Amino acid sequence: MLTIAETDFTSRLFVGTGKFSSAAVMERAITASESEMVTVALRRVDLENPDDDIMTHLDREKVRFLPNTSGARNAEEAIRLARLARAAAGTRWLKLEVTPDPRTLLPDPVDTLKATEQLVKEDFIVLPYMNADPILALRLQDAGAAAVMPLGAPIGTNMGIQTALQIAIIIEQARVPVVVDAGIGAPSHAARAMEMGADAVLVNTAIAVAGDPVRMATAFKQAVQGGRTAFEARLGTRSSSARASSPQRGQIGEPLDFIEE
Amino acid sequence: MQSSFSIGDFSALSRKIRATTRAEVETALGGKTCTLDDLAALLSPAAEEFLPMMAARSRELTALRFGKTTQIFAPLYLSNFCINRCAYCGFAADNRIPRRKLTIDEARQEADILKKRGFDHVLLVTGEAPAKAGVDYLEEVVLCLRDQFAALSIEVQPMEEHEYARLFRAGVTAVAVYQETYDRTIYDQVHLAGKKMDYDYRLATPARAAAAGMREIGIGSLLGLADWRAEGLALGTHLSWLRKQFWQTNFTVSFPRLRPAAGAFEPLVQVSEKNLSQLMFALRIFDPDVGLILSTREEARFRDGMLGLAPTRYSAGSCTDPGGYSSDNHEGEQFSVGDHRTIDEVCQVIVNKGLDPVCKDWDREFQMH
Repeated sequence: MLTIAETDFTSRLFVGTGKFSSAAVMERAITASESEMVTVALRRVDLENPDDDIMTHLDREKVRFLPNTSGARNAEEAIRLARLARAAAGTRWLKLEVTPDPRTLLPDPVDTLKATEQLVKEDFIVLPYMNADPILALRLQDAGAAAVMPLGAPIGTNMGIQTALQIAIIIEQARVPVVVDAGIGAPSHAARAMEMGADAVLVNTAIAVAGDPVRMATAFKQAVQGGRTAFEARLGTRSSSARASSPQRGQIGEPLDFIEE
Repeated sequence: MQSSFSIGDFSALSRKIRATTRAEVETALGGKTCTLDDLAALLSPAAEEFLPMMAARSRELTALRFGKTTQIFAPLYLSNFCINRCAYCGFAADNRIPRRKLTIDEARQEADILKKRGFDHVLLVTGEAPAKAGVDYLEEVVLCLRDQFAALSIEVQPMEEHEYARLFRAGVTAVAVYQETYDRTIYDQVHLAGKKMDYDYRLATPARAAAAGMREIGIGSLLGLADWRAEGLALGTHLSWLRKQFWQTNFTVSFPRLRPAAGAFEPLVQVSEKNLSQLMFALRIFDPDVGLILSTREEARFRDGMLGLAPTRYSAGSCTDPGGYSSDNHEGEQFSVGDHRTIDEVCQVIVNKGLDPVCKDWDREFQMH
């Protein structure tokens, strides 16, 4: 069971709500994914409007609504958006995104840390989107982030887990859950992140732009479950040379004849 | 920020380790990473037949992380006054040994001798007697010695976080505080009087020292009190917990085996050299970054054989009584050492093994406040 900020999640698949052909397709895809955490860009919704297209297609009984600050260029903008979201939607949960470069949408490490420090002080549950930098993950964790969300590859690229080495270090070191976010373009990518020991993955583009988003959502659900089970079952190790499946005794090692029995 | 650490049922650790199969040892040895389950496997009786392979893996990881080097340090005993009665220790309050606390001048004399011999890392040691050798005294000694040495560490009574912070500002780089045994039952049995009777206060001490900003924390078990395999798993568990909480801190582990000392205490369990080497290889494979200390408690033959295989730090030419370096009378010692060679002799062996003896691996300028 995944626990973030004392909240339990059965599903380890988080989904995004952008890029779908319609809110109705989005809703069916979310249902098929069995996700319990759905992130929504604050800039895309009108929280004051009870008939908002996206919000009316989200069943907040079934999924946790995770507003995100997509579009914020610096800490100040992100903090302002976060406060508005809390006031309008009544949630302390926040996916913090600070992306000054509109081309790559890569997160700004300095302002992400600054905003996290401030928002934690204001009692938000902060899940920061971050580059796969292990020290930054630790700094964000120490600042009070409820989870960290390192990227597998730049957002929307569908490139998979390009940052595997750093993500493995983050997973090994972190005290808070690690959610691999961005770059996951296929169920196999999600499965790989889960096999590595990620606590969850967040997928948006790969579901939203698939030929059949609803069936793709099912595929991601299965991949995440399979990857997690594989992690818990412990994968065998890789070897560059062939290894007998029934090993022989008497392999060599260091001579230890200096030891007195 | 931290939750507190606890080890749970010690005998459950023993049972878990002893249930290990041969296949589990192979998995643990072949893995890219080593989990606590793998550590349990490497500590098991089933792993004994793999000892040469464990040694090879351990050597590889040690060289990868620490290079072909071995660090050198010496203890400097400042005081053998002690309020505790620990059944195994020569300093125990009821042992009739000459008690002494070095004056600042005497401490400087001892330090001068160590400096002349070539030591740059010195471990200041006292018994546990805060009224005699408390924070004020230690701070005074450190302020007096810090300009002479690259690094000063302490192995003294457990303290409060603010006291560690004060000593860190004075120039102490590292704190060693050993649980002695993680087995609560045995712990209570051998700690007969004094503040050390409080298992939980001692267990929380490494975290206090780390929270105070110390650059390095040493933990350890005294081998000969309880099941060494379970001590190894408890140490690994403690270590990984500390790493999660204090990711900026370096850690070391010591495995002192009980040595003859005043009071004629007989070890409660036997721990052979083979056992000790398995323990060190297992810890190295579990945590490639941890410093492992092999002191002069062990005999020269064993210490020489272990060079490069797992340990990263050796003491040399140690005296374990206050004023021992300036005197030939060692009546008030904590324990008698097993390796009596000088620093030069030890360093020569290290060189002959193709390793570089490193005397300076820190700089006091890091901590000038």
